Amino acid sequence: MNFLKNKQTRSDFITYGLVIVAFLVVFFMQANHMIPRMFAGQLVPITAYIVMAISLNLVVGVAGDLSLGHAGFMSIGAYTGIVTAVSMQAAGAPQTLALVVSIVVGAVFAAIAGFIIGIPVLRLRGDYLAIVTLAFGEIIKEVVTCLIVGVDAHGLHVVFNLRGNATVNDLHLMDNGIAIIKGAQGASGVSTYSTFVAGFVLIMIALVVVLNLVRSRTGRAIEAVRDNRIAAESVGISVTKYRMIAFVVSAALAGAAGALFGGNFSQLSATKFDFNTSILILVFVVLGGLGNMRGSVIAAAVLTILPEALREFSDYRMLVYAIVLILVMICTNSPQIQGFIARFKPKKKGEAEANV
Amino acid sequence: MTVFIQYLVNGLSMGSVYAIIALGYTMVYGIAKMLNFAHGDVIMVGAYVSFCATSYLGLPGWLSVVLSVVVCTVLGVLVEGLAYRPLRAAGPLAVLITAIGVSYFLQNAAQLLWGATPKNFTSLVRFPVPPFLAQFNVSAVSLVTILACILIMVVLMWFTSKSKMGKAMRACSEDKAAAQLMGINVNRTISMTFAIGSALAAIAGVLLCSYSPVLQPTTGAMPGIKAFTAAVFGGIGSIPGAFVGGVLLGIIEAMAQAYISTSLANSIVFAVLIVVLLVKPAGLLGKYVPEKV
Repeated sequence: MNFLKNKQTRSDFITYGLVIVAFLVVFFMQANHMIPRMFAGQLVPITAYIVMAISLNLVVGVAGDLSLGHAGFMSIGAYTGIVTAVSMQAAGAPQTLALVVSIVVGAVFAAIAGFIIGIPVLRLRGDYLAIVTLAFGEIIKEVVTCLIVGVDAHGLHVVFNLRGNATVNDLHLMDNGIAIIKGAQGASGVSTYSTFVAGFVLIMIALVVVLNLVRSRTGRAIEAVRDNRIAAESVGISVTKYRMIAFVVSAALAGAAGALFGGNFSQLSATKFDFNTSILILVFVVLGGLGNMRGSVIAAAVLTILPEALREFSDYRMLVYAIVLILVMICTNSPQIQGFIARFKPKKKGEAEANV
Repeated sequence: MTVFIQYLVNGLSMGSVYAIIALGYTMVYGIAKMLNFAHGDVIMVGAYVSFCATSYLGLPGWLSVVLSVVVCTVLGVLVEGLAYRPLRAAGPLAVLITAIGVSYFLQNAAQLLWGATPKNFTSLVRFPVPPFLAQFNVSAVSLVTILACILIMVVLMWFTSKSKMGKAMRACSEDKAAAQLMGINVNRTISMTFAIGSALAAIAGVLLCSYSPVLQPTTGAMPGIKAFTAAVFGGIGSIPGAFVGGVLLGIIEAMAQAYISTSLANSIVFAVLIVVLLVKPAGLLGKYVPEKV
């Protein structure tokens, strides 16, 4: 176990171990029907949110670009994934193959979208970048709302509902055709294909990809650009290239998460992936710790379960959630409270001297 | 032609509402350098207070506006003092998430207090419109909104450039530490900015709901985001910029709805924003500050 001597490698393996142990525990509970009914439906969404949090953390935490439109990539992944899966199921492909291919297709399409959007977005920085990603997220949502897609023996039929008066009939499907996406209604009547095991595998893939990227030469270049753009540029790091790498990888993971998420619902409208979803994921990332993938995993899991667990407060649960969110942010970031807590901690010798 | 002018007036009045909200956004951003995502929800609170004052207490319209301005001002100062002030030294993301927390809090508190079912807001502005305007279907609300917006902008411009408090605000937005050394109470100045921003939000809330009468806990969210877009569009931190951005955004939105597509109107607005930011990275009237190494 020589390679575990490296502190970073050890930390990464703790993260992998944590996810595997959590998966085994939940899987065992699921097999023995020990999971309360209200959580059973949440298993796949939780895994999708964890992948989203890891993916967003790559952009916000590692590359330092605040993205407020990440749900847009999730949406692209979800809809391309659903179209792929339904088409394959209609052609008689097995469930698992349809799931894997739909996740790959979702990731590829989201990555392409990430690249196209990245070209204008990455020319900007800071709050301007944030507002433009927000704008793209909203644009994707509205464009998807205008899409009507169906499949029959002749292949895919797509109608773009610009004036708001097109219906499924405009697809001119054959009798055995299936309408997959029905404009503002979204995708409905789709048989669900996602599984919890697939979610776990996707989390592991996302973790391996992101952690290895961060520890690589490329990852160090990305972090250098985040910490000091001008210094990084002056030593020959191509700023746009490395920010783009982070952005596209992140978009691809978000697309994969979207395809997984989309496959869990028989009814899914585009408004599911709005600004609030982007914010929800950003909350996971910030509370879990910027650049800390293990934190993102834990925060995503806990904060998806928390509102469900708070159901006994019924009407008050979102209020409690909001107050908890504000208090956690104040307690972890306010210098006064940090100083107050530090008083009760036994000081190490070196630290005490450093503080003087 | 008549139809075109009608769309233009619709765009102008909606744009004026965006401009009033954007003025609050831009002032808070200019001084506290934070994206106050809870601003949109203060609008909603303002509208609810005015609604309750007229429907349940039977107060006259103007008094309900005064009441909602007072409530929102107090709310703005309270939120700033309790949630944002402890985070003055923290990073921008921590403040952003806290603002989101405040936004969730206000929306859910409103839902508990007033219920999730939409309320039907009766317009507070009712008077006969002069006939030369009435032929273009200009409503009284549109007229009042546009006038209020211009008035507010002129007063704010005067306030920030001439009054002592306004000068203190500009000093704080340039350099907080230097402002403090000059004897300016930075905390009080920031509180004051939040008070003004929230008061504007209350007025915007009443005007918004007089214009489109559906009032529910999420009423403020989308106008809030659009007004923020407008502030960035015009150059965030600049008062005339917020005005120009808001009005242009309203007109673009109305024209897109009328001539291109209703369901893609927001997308077109955002697409214009993206193009503007690529050509002028600091917004239309924003100051471009070159980076010094």
